[in-house]
Amino acid sequence: MWSWETAREGLPLILHGFGITLLATVFGSLLAVVLGLGIAVLRRTPSRWVTLPLRAAVEFVRSTPVMIQLFAVWVLVPGLDPLVIGIAVLGVHYATYTSEVYRAGIDAVPKGQWEAAVALSLPPVRTWFAVVLPQALRKIVPALGNYVISMFKETPFLSVITVNEMVHEANRFGSDHFAYLEAFTLAALVFLVASCPTSILMRKLEKRLAH
Amino acid sequence: MSSYPYAFHAGEPLSGLTEFTHSLPSVGAGLWVTVQATVLGAALALLLAFVLGFMARSRRLLVRGSSRVVVEFFRGTSLYVQMFWLFFALPILGFKLVPLACAVVAFGLNYGAYGSEVVRGALDAVPRGQREAAVALSMTPWQRMRLVVLPQAWPQMIPPFNNLLIQLLKCTPLMSLITISDVTFQMDQLRSTTGDTATAYLLLLVVYFVLAYALTLAMNGLESVAKARLGQPAGGRA
Repeated sequence: MWSWETAREGLPLILHGFGITLLATVFGSLLAVVLGLGIAVLRRTPSRWVTLPLRAAVEFVRSTPVMIQLFAVWVLVPGLDPLVIGIAVLGVHYATYTSEVYRAGIDAVPKGQWEAAVALSLPPVRTWFAVVLPQALRKIVPALGNYVISMFKETPFLSVITVNEMVHEANRFGSDHFAYLEAFTLAALVFLVASCPTSILMRKLEKRLAH
Repeated sequence: MSSYPYAFHAGEPLSGLTEFTHSLPSVGAGLWVTVQATVLGAALALLLAFVLGFMARSRRLLVRGSSRVVVEFFRGTSLYVQMFWLFFALPILGFKLVPLACAVVAFGLNYGAYGSEVVRGALDAVPRGQREAAVALSMTPWQRMRLVVLPQAWPQMIPPFNNLLIQLLKCTPLMSLITISDVTFQMDQLRSTTGDTATAYLLLLVVYFVLAYALTLAMNGLESVAKARLGQPAGGRA
């Protein structure tokens, strides 16, 4: 049955794990946001030799389980820190999602904007960074934010490659003290407490950017 | 629990390909478990999505509010934690579910919560005039829903449901962590007996890719049928 004493004992360990969870989420999202943009831009190059293999790779990565991707990289690439592998795999997996978001955002920029940039003979870099992206990004921030939140809830997958994030620590505490009830309830509560304000924040952001 | 109960079983490396063909039956059995869990989990999720989605549109604050709380709770706590809670913590409270039931219930609750937003959105998106016309024809509320609103909302739900279904499928390897011999478990056994890690994992990824693709095709078919019934052009997605 539930024991407050055990819960109090386990909380510091679980919160420490939560730090790792946040770390993985922050760096994983950064990678996903940057790499996703890279993929989206590359997919607009005219060469089929680039776009077709890229499309196939994106389709493959996003239709297969992240847990098995984690295992595969972990076992096949020895000597790397599990946390680094975890961040890289999560980041790449979510980059395939964010690239679709960017693609939709870029496609939604009116054609006239591109033509105007050509008419002003802007170099491609300035066309992208001064004309297209500022307009595209505005609309897709909420969608990107939702992926960050769902990545946050998928970080427990990292425990399968021995990363000591929150659920891994909860599991360890649970088995050491036979306190699975306290351990996993606390972990669930921490997730809940962390994700409620973020979803409220996202809703506000969505409303603000809509105008 | 060591973080992964069977990842590093020592095994005599056997000649790769013959061992792979020998193990086809067990991999097939694992595949069947994965398919079962996906289908049962999706069925439970669909049911919950409709119940919670309809509740979210209720005029009564209590009904609407309780749907909101349930949805936020199951979306806010990770699927991983929910499944582990059902498997490890629930027995301590005196309820013991068989492992497959833990997995199916966790999938159903989690994706049912996400799906309820889809149902709510699609019902809200049916034009007001349609309901008003149904009222004008003095249809009962049940007829209105069954004959007018739902047939129009349903095709709108299918593409987002497909996304959720693929996500559910991609989460099923979690089952192998709670002692279920799904395809991930079986393939990992094979990996440790053959020692051929690259082949085993690549094969496993291909298995999931094919499953995901088959599900998408089926859902596209369903969407075409639903749209044809409304006399709309069937625009399937690849």
